[in-house]
Amino acid sequence: MTTYEVIIVGGGHAGCEAAAASARLGVPTALITHRRATIGEMSCNPAIGGLGKGHLVREIDALDGVMGRVADKAGIQFRVLNRRKGPAVRGPRAQADRKLYREAMQSELSETPNLEIVEGEVDDLVVEHGRIAGVQLLDGRVFSARAVVLTTGTFLRGLIHRGDEMIPAGRAGEGPVLGLSLRLEALGLKLGRLKTGTPPRLDAHSINFAVLNEQIGDNPPEPFSALTSAITTPQISCFETRTTPQAHAIISSNLGRSAMYSGRISSRGPRYCPSIEDKIVRFSDKDSHLVFLEPEGLDDPTIYPNGLSTSLPEDVQLAFLRAMPGLENVVIKRAGYAIEYDHVDPRELSPSLMLRALPGLYLAGQINGTTGYEEAAAQGLLAGANAALAAKGAAPLILSRTNSYLGVMIDDLISRGVTEPYRMFTSRAEFRLHLRSDNADQRLTDLGIGVGLVGQERREHHCERMARLDAGKSLLTRLTATPNEARKAGVNVNADGVRRSAFQLLSYPTTQRADLEAIWPELADIDDKSFEQLAIDAQYAVYLDRQQADVEAVQRDEAREIPDWLDYALLPGLSNEMKQKLIDAKPQTIAQAQKIEGVTPAALTLILAVIRRGRLDKKAS
Amino acid sequence: MTQPTLVALSSGSVPSGVAVIRLTGPQSFAAVAALAGGLPRPRQASLRTLKDPANGQPLDQGLVIVFPAPHSFTGLDCAELQVHGSPAGVKAILSVLTAFEGVRLAGAGDFTRLAFENGKLDLTEVEGLGDLLAAETESQRRQALTRFDGALSRRVGDWRQALLDLRAEIEARLDFSDEDDVPFELPAHFKADIESLENQLADALARYDSGRIVREGFRIALAGAPNAGKSSLLNALAGSDVAIVTSEAGTTRDTKDVTIDLGGMLVIVTDTAGLRETDSLAEQEGIVRARRAIGHADLVLWLEAPDVETIPRPQGIDTPIWIVSSKTDIGAAAPDSDFALSMKDKDSISVLLSKLEDHIKTRIRTNEPGLISHLRDKAALEAAAENLHQAIAHIGIPELCAEDLRQASDQLAELIGLIDTEHVLDRLFAGFCIGK
Repeated sequence: MTTYEVIIVGGGHAGCEAAAASARLGVPTALITHRRATIGEMSCNPAIGGLGKGHLVREIDALDGVMGRVADKAGIQFRVLNRRKGPAVRGPRAQADRKLYREAMQSELSETPNLEIVEGEVDDLVVEHGRIAGVQLLDGRVFSARAVVLTTGTFLRGLIHRGDEMIPAGRAGEGPVLGLSLRLEALGLKLGRLKTGTPPRLDAHSINFAVLNEQIGDNPPEPFSALTSAITTPQISCFETRTTPQAHAIISSNLGRSAMYSGRISSRGPRYCPSIEDKIVRFSDKDSHLVFLEPEGLDDPTIYPNGLSTSLPEDVQLAFLRAMPGLENVVIKRAGYAIEYDHVDPRELSPSLMLRALPGLYLAGQINGTTGYEEAAAQGLLAGANAALAAKGAAPLILSRTNSYLGVMIDDLISRGVTEPYRMFTSRAEFRLHLRSDNADQRLTDLGIGVGLVGQERREHHCERMARLDAGKSLLTRLTATPNEARKAGVNVNADGVRRSAFQLLSYPTTQRADLEAIWPELADIDDKSFEQLAIDAQYAVYLDRQQADVEAVQRDEAREIPDWLDYALLPGLSNEMKQKLIDAKPQTIAQAQKIEGVTPAALTLILAVIRRGRLDKKAS
Repeated sequence: MTQPTLVALSSGSVPSGVAVIRLTGPQSFAAVAALAGGLPRPRQASLRTLKDPANGQPLDQGLVIVFPAPHSFTGLDCAELQVHGSPAGVKAILSVLTAFEGVRLAGAGDFTRLAFENGKLDLTEVEGLGDLLAAETESQRRQALTRFDGALSRRVGDWRQALLDLRAEIEARLDFSDEDDVPFELPAHFKADIESLENQLADALARYDSGRIVREGFRIALAGAPNAGKSSLLNALAGSDVAIVTSEAGTTRDTKDVTIDLGGMLVIVTDTAGLRETDSLAEQEGIVRARRAIGHADLVLWLEAPDVETIPRPQGIDTPIWIVSSKTDIGAAAPDSDFALSMKDKDSISVLLSKLEDHIKTRIRTNEPGLISHLRDKAALEAAAENLHQAIAHIGIPELCAEDLRQASDQLAELIGLIDTEHVLDRLFAGFCIGK
């Protein structure tokens, strides 16, 4: 029997990040996947990042994860979304070459020390004395480990639907995983079923791009990773087309043949990623929807039509596609489909992403009810790091709503559970003005360094950057000007006789760097990147100060743990309904209990009172 | 520990015509069934003979009503026994009930606490119930009932709904700007909608004073030089047939309050120490308190008398001041006084009372019960209004505008005791075709 410290099951975005994180912590790690060649596969759209998601990629990068660096190598069109809006809501995004992405990820992992890649299918978990002890493969091999991370994606009892076809599969062309679901059920875990979909893939040679709008990327492209100095991969364009009334008519008259509309699929799909059938039924007043035609690679003639997820039969897919501009003669390379899969109710997890029911077993990605590469990777990083920390006997890395989108996501998952695949949005973060994609490293890298998750190259890079920022900030706050001086330089402040620091002057939206340098030439010493960052901080300073009280309130509630001895069933003054909600949700802190729907402030007060009394009782006894 | 069943005499003190005994909790129905020989149909009054289950002896005859959970005041099983208001009978029934395992007498506020904990009442409704039970005057009763009935919660609910709609508009543009269904520009009515909401909050805030006056009473300070006739006027007001003295809420060393019911409105008249320069430490302290009473008053009656040297009238305070010349039986009134009266002339007191009643009515401004009446309400609404004001200023900086709206929403949510950001997303998904 082969022995590792940590085993990662699955080679998707969660699995790759988990394996790399565990290995970075210096722990002997194995990644077990069906096929080495599909590690890092982008099963759905060929893009990384976006609004909310780009923030997650920057956070992964801040913890020295791999997704940002790999996406920088594979990116063939970079755009920062919301560029016309404020920095807090800007999200970096890139189209990726699927092959380059896979190759970059595979080479990244193969060069990672402490990491071994094993081909095989995990069929069962090995449990000893109520703890995870390893995994058993379908071929009979058994590997032992102190901690295991499951990142099974859509493979758990995966079932593809297309029209009235139903194909058991993990994704197109790959079989599902059945055994693990049974084992998870046997542990008494609540499993749910979710649905997601993917559009047909088109042959680029059959598309008339000449009649379509071209969408060009940013120049110069802005990389994801703090360690990437420049993007060197060639950049290409995307194109736009639209659905037409004729296409809508074809879809409407064939709704009965859609797997989702014929009643064959009952599980919930994401509202923010509706199928084209859904869009046409729910928003019948619109006669056209935008579709982005995204190339899947530099030398790959496959086009991903973003916006056309569908479970209609292939003949209907072809018919409605051919009713769209530029697609009159289109050829489908692979038809779109919907897929149903099992997930575990994430309320079964602790904030370290460990299953409470089985110490040592961690879950990450779609198995927790999320959707998206970035959501999966971010969880993978945390689960892998915590599995390794547990194997080393160290305390887990726990993130908070107040310091990261990753913290927001995990808190949402474990305290609310999911009713649809969970995707990150900036509106989920109450401290959005602080949790920005430009300052992820300032929020997280020191935490990562603290637990040993950050390698030497980034550590040095980070220390230099922080030193530059600190120097810049102290210069900006030290230099002050009278209103007269400021106005002379073009900064329109009130003539109130109050001296303002250069940092304060930066908070005026019209202030230009040149205006300030006219007063203080020494500001030219601050490098561009640091200056830009400090200007953003200055712009939001009033709000960030105001939010500090809220941040502290949340942190207080997060620190108020609900002890194991608290038995809701025995609490007086709670309705049975409320008791059941609390028992189901198993909140571990007051902050989590607060987010359970229907839990009243009075109930929270009661819980707090009981906890305090319990402490007193203990002290007395 | 199991949840206790609470029992209490819920009507006033006995003896009385009828006494209402209320039970709530898991053992309620078992206990009532044991006394009444079975349970009546839910929510239907049924006449039963109540017997002591230990010996079969009748205790009393009365109406029995049961309210199964969750459709009851507390959200738990509830039962009511309406029996004769005899002290001995009630005592016997209570002692038989509390002999049941798990049944105990309720403490003050226990039933309301359970209702709150089980989500049957929110914070403003609990406060309304407290006000209702404490109401002494008709206007207090109406205002409290309105609050207990959820009027404030509903208004706050409407405002939060409006805010959710606004937030969904702006969040859609922040989170889904790359999708074609969401236009870049905010809708034309967006700013007007925030302004309309801000105006509604301002209206509610403008009526805070009426709400507070109704709830806490209209405060009149009697002030002036020593011996100007303040105490005599207080006694005359208190003794008048028009004013009903409801209580003398305790006499401090140097200000004295009398509470009267004037035309259904609660009025607190404070007799302050005479204001003059003094060397006496005790009197100095009294004068400090008098000045404070003037500062807290809704109206100052400034008394002057022919036989007392006039002292400077208070300057620079926001409170309205009426100049009242007293003792007109011994000398002429000051030419610029608003009122002239004599304690010996009952009619002059009646005229003053009737003018006071008219004045208070105009201050309350409306016959509609006040929406907000607690300081907590005022603070939350003021903060929310300020957030909305900022949101309008930040309309071109969407992430700041969104933050202002979020804070406004949180302020309102805190007023009724809940916060949930998930609702914004729900609203957003209902309104936009989002996703590719």
